Amino acid sequence: MLTLAASMPAAAQPLVSYEVVGDAIPQSLTGVPGDAARGRAIVASRQKGLCLLCHSGPIPEERFQGNLAPPLDGAGSRWSEGQLRLRLVDSKRLNPASIMPAYYKIDGLQRVGAAWQGKPVLSAEEIEDVIAYLKTLR
Amino acid sequence: MIRLLSLACCLVAALPVLAAEIKTRDRRSGFDFMTPSSQDMQRDDMLNPGMLWVLEGEALWQQQAANAPSCAGCHGDAKDSMRGAAARYPAFNDRLNRPINLQQRINLCRSENQQQPAFEPESRPLLALSAFIGAQSRGLPIAPPEDARLAPHLENGRQFFKTPMGQLGLSCAQCHDDNWGGRLAGAPIPQAHPTGYPIYRLEWQTLGSLQRRLRNCLTGIRAEPFDWDAPEMVELELYLMKRAAGMNIETPAVRP
Repeated sequence: MLTLAASMPAAAQPLVSYEVVGDAIPQSLTGVPGDAARGRAIVASRQKGLCLLCHSGPIPEERFQGNLAPPLDGAGSRWSEGQLRLRLVDSKRLNPASIMPAYYKIDGLQRVGAAWQGKPVLSAEEIEDVIAYLKTLR
Repeated sequence: MIRLLSLACCLVAALPVLAAEIKTRDRRSGFDFMTPSSQDMQRDDMLNPGMLWVLEGEALWQQQAANAPSCAGCHGDAKDSMRGAAARYPAFNDRLNRPINLQQRINLCRSENQQQPAFEPESRPLLALSAFIGAQSRGLPIAPPEDARLAPHLENGRQFFKTPMGQLGLSCAQCHDDNWGGRLAGAPIPQAHPTGYPIYRLEWQTLGSLQRRLRNCLTGIRAEPFDWDAPEMVELELYLMKRAAGMNIETPAVRP
């Protein structure tokens, strides 16, 4: 019974609701400022943030970085916090053809693997951490 | 009128850019994206680890089953009888009334003509026979059958290729039609032409089938893989072979 419970995907948790204003989500998903150091670790992780698969960024210890998307350098001056938030949460709202995954979305996806069903790529807290880190890239 | 026009322009701009299929003259084998040392490994039969499976497959080709003919007993010298066979699969099977891939064809032959149990998916003997039969088409162009019965399956495969899937919501086309040549982490994205299967993949440190490779991609986008030889997988194989029609077979290819 314990094994069964452990092997089942965690119950889907409802996502925090948010409001899109223009090309941004002005309000924080958590109401608490994110942690830039944790955000950097998420961005650097190939298992968690996956960011460096497509983007390059000022994270020299990660040698193999992608070139499929704009460099992360300067993201904090190019975009406001709210603009970064929408681009992380669901960038396809801005460009349906984008290869940028929606990091905070669980509906409208097809054939999601059992381990990932009902879960966003990042939690609301993690989204805020990544925003805090990206804001330091000026 | 001007307002209407500008509205139309906005609408067009908001539509997703439709994935453009790769023009025939721009097609490139995964071989072209590899480092020179990996290319040398594939080119030289003494260095190509896939040749071990080819030799093993040659032995299996001759091996007699109990009270049943060997492959060679019916098909004779594979150099003649299997020349071009791998370049034509998947093909439509009358009895099953659907397309089957080369591995399924081998297993049908085993059950129908040799009264032997089917080889397990991705098992050593199945890979060895596939590699041996595939190698008989080395240098020949991929030539999907002109068979009207394949058309709906081919279309299903094409749709599959273009459908975003998994938690990351990516389609095959978004990487392999739209972004080939770009770098995913450190590695160049190839065009996904199945010219050399089964391949010796350095990441696997062994030989594997096209379906194994497809499952890797599905897992990468966090999608649920299909069962081995599921109709969807065979239809995708069919579309990939059609997309690569005219490119030369390289079996056994080496890939990173």
